[in-house]
Amino acid sequence: MTRRLLLQGGRLLDPSRRLDERGDLLIAEGKIARLGGTIDAGESTDVLDCAGCYVSPGFIDVHCHLREPGREDVETIATGARAAAAGGFTAVCAMPNTEPVTDNQAAVGFIIRQALRANAARVYPIGAISVAQRGEALAEFGEMMGAGAVAVSDDGRPVASAHLMRTALEYAQAFDIPVIDHCEEPTLAKGGAMNEGVVSARLGLPGIPTEAEEIMVIRDILLARRTGGHVHLAHMSTKGSVELIRWGKERGIRVTAEVTPHHLTLTEDACEGYDTHAKMNPPLRTAADVAALGEALRDGTIDLVATDHAPHHYDAKEREFADAPFGIIGLETALALVVTELVTPGVIDFATLVDRMSCRPAALFHLQGGTLAQGSVADVTVFDPARTWTVDPSSFLSKGRNTPYAGRTLTGRAVYTIVGGHVVYRLGG
Amino acid sequence: MTSALGKDLLGLEPLTSEQIQLVLDTAEPFKEISERAIKKVPALRGQTIVNLFFEASTRTRISFEFAEKRLSADTVNVASSGSSVQKGETLVDTARNLEAMRIDMVVIRHGASGAARFLADRIESNVINAGDGTHEHPTQGLLDLLTLRDHFGTLAGRRVCIVGDVLHSRVARSNIWGLKKMGAEVGVCGPRSLLPWAIGEFGVTVFSRVEEAIEWAEALNILRLQLERMTAGYIPSLREYNRVFGITRERLARAPRDVLILHPGPMNRGVEIDSDVADGPHSVILNQVTNGVAIRMAVLYLLAGGRPELAEAAKGGSER
Repeated sequence: MTRRLLLQGGRLLDPSRRLDERGDLLIAEGKIARLGGTIDAGESTDVLDCAGCYVSPGFIDVHCHLREPGREDVETIATGARAAAAGGFTAVCAMPNTEPVTDNQAAVGFIIRQALRANAARVYPIGAISVAQRGEALAEFGEMMGAGAVAVSDDGRPVASAHLMRTALEYAQAFDIPVIDHCEEPTLAKGGAMNEGVVSARLGLPGIPTEAEEIMVIRDILLARRTGGHVHLAHMSTKGSVELIRWGKERGIRVTAEVTPHHLTLTEDACEGYDTHAKMNPPLRTAADVAALGEALRDGTIDLVATDHAPHHYDAKEREFADAPFGIIGLETALALVVTELVTPGVIDFATLVDRMSCRPAALFHLQGGTLAQGSVADVTVFDPARTWTVDPSSFLSKGRNTPYAGRTLTGRAVYTIVGGHVVYRLGG
Repeated sequence: MTSALGKDLLGLEPLTSEQIQLVLDTAEPFKEISERAIKKVPALRGQTIVNLFFEASTRTRISFEFAEKRLSADTVNVASSGSSVQKGETLVDTARNLEAMRIDMVVIRHGASGAARFLADRIESNVINAGDGTHEHPTQGLLDLLTLRDHFGTLAGRRVCIVGDVLHSRVARSNIWGLKKMGAEVGVCGPRSLLPWAIGEFGVTVFSRVEEAIEWAEALNILRLQLERMTAGYIPSLREYNRVFGITRERLARAPRDVLILHPGPMNRGVEIDSDVADGPHSVILNQVTNGVAIRMAVLYLLAGGRPELAEAAKGGSER
């Protein structure tokens, strides 16, 4: 019999069950055995002191880039899974734009095996929509699902063909998986390096208009209406997209959406001085967009927070803005950014944070976890809502150092991350 | 020591009107040196300057080189073709190697917006932006201001319209900032597809018809129309551009006043500007070129820590 684990003295927070009370939680055989009130430790039980902390269902990031296979110099599944655990994530979904592309069952199986060896956060593969992400022929959704894929996406690239998107939304219904789109109208976004606006005009950088995203958002919503399929819109960045999603949801169309911590907390002003750590796709927008995204996360128009964790080599970002790659890392800063920039100012509360980072992702992607219900898998995050810390990229477990938040002092930090009853991360350990 | 302009000249947007005024005033005494039989003063003797040109340039590169030589600096020219840059060396490595050779200043022309700033943030030497992508070309902006001031006496209240491909023009941006800081009124005119989407937030008057711009303006700064704008789908044809936006003698003849004509070069005669306008009585295009050397001498002198009030004396050779 494995040792039992008692989380003692924390505040149990599980919005899926409207639970928010001080109490202990006992884990046995990898499952949540008991919760609430005071629980005696008993024999062969390890006790974790959770005083002052929230004990919540483990966070799930449905959107990250772990770069393996192909760019193991930048991140591996093991380093990514450990970084995820350090950020309080018990599970992450890995995007398929690897080298080679994760577009078949063997490639999916490889990620599953690497993730098991990592012994940190769970890693669920996302398969490609199209073979080699070329946007032409459908990849084998069924075979990839059978090997362990949980969704399909051509992320990194938009699905340019409306016909392919329609077909994917239809075909995916046999498996009840979301089709994730990176919404970007390619001819409108072509060559763009940042949001099109006054800052891009001043810096002399080619702009990406908000419509490049919104045109694809409404296209995908209309195709979901036509097909009845579930479209999940990745990394929403504009106020207009929020309005379109709201329109779709009001009509009962199966559209869900995510937003990243950086689109919730930064504007195009971060590109001043040609800071390549502020270069992302979709680009950072304006204060009005940031406000609309926060409000949409609060009211549920946007369902969840996802990191779009995108590690790049130091050299790749140490160059001219137009030539630098898009993307920043996010696994180890996501929780603190949401606490500092959304919970502390009162945009959302902690229950909403847990819902958008754990319960909703689990429900929409049909993943285990996302609940503290007795008998469910013991994927649990213990986080200190008041702990302040300063972002030091050199201390990250991710191989990536590309973050615009270096030096920022933030509030909120994972203290214990527990996957299947095992402590895979402990702060300071 | 920190010069009156700071360490670098990266653009006109970060400068104050006092700093711009200082460069223009400092250029005045330097104009005369180029008129001498022996065009050389020792103001920058012992200073080493690298002209780092990642993009083809004739006018700007030669203008900088004359300015440096007339101030007695030691100069080296690096063009991207045939150098380590073409062999795949990154800009940051190029910068560090230059720094290791203990140079004093770098003049950089680069196709990427922000390249001059990138270099300036990473090396101790003074950096002068000789044009970075579609961002700024500050010495061009300054020489345009000097040319306008020569003609009008003062820039305050003057109405200057920039005509053409503002979207892709570093000259346009430097002119907008420089002119506005010096109190001029700025107009822009061109096909809407070649103006920045957010041009309305620059505090300029936007003209969609060139006839209206000509009626309003006291001076036109006519931008070069790059031929590739047609293939990229911004405009249908050069012929039509000339017909709708070209500065022609017929259009100027209908102006309520004489309109001063500037062009940063190189010109596409018959496209954005007709020959009889370029060569006409109100053209100051060659004055711009002459002023370019004086402006660049002033910038080099000031960044090297030269005291503005001694610029006149520096000409004599005793001071630096």
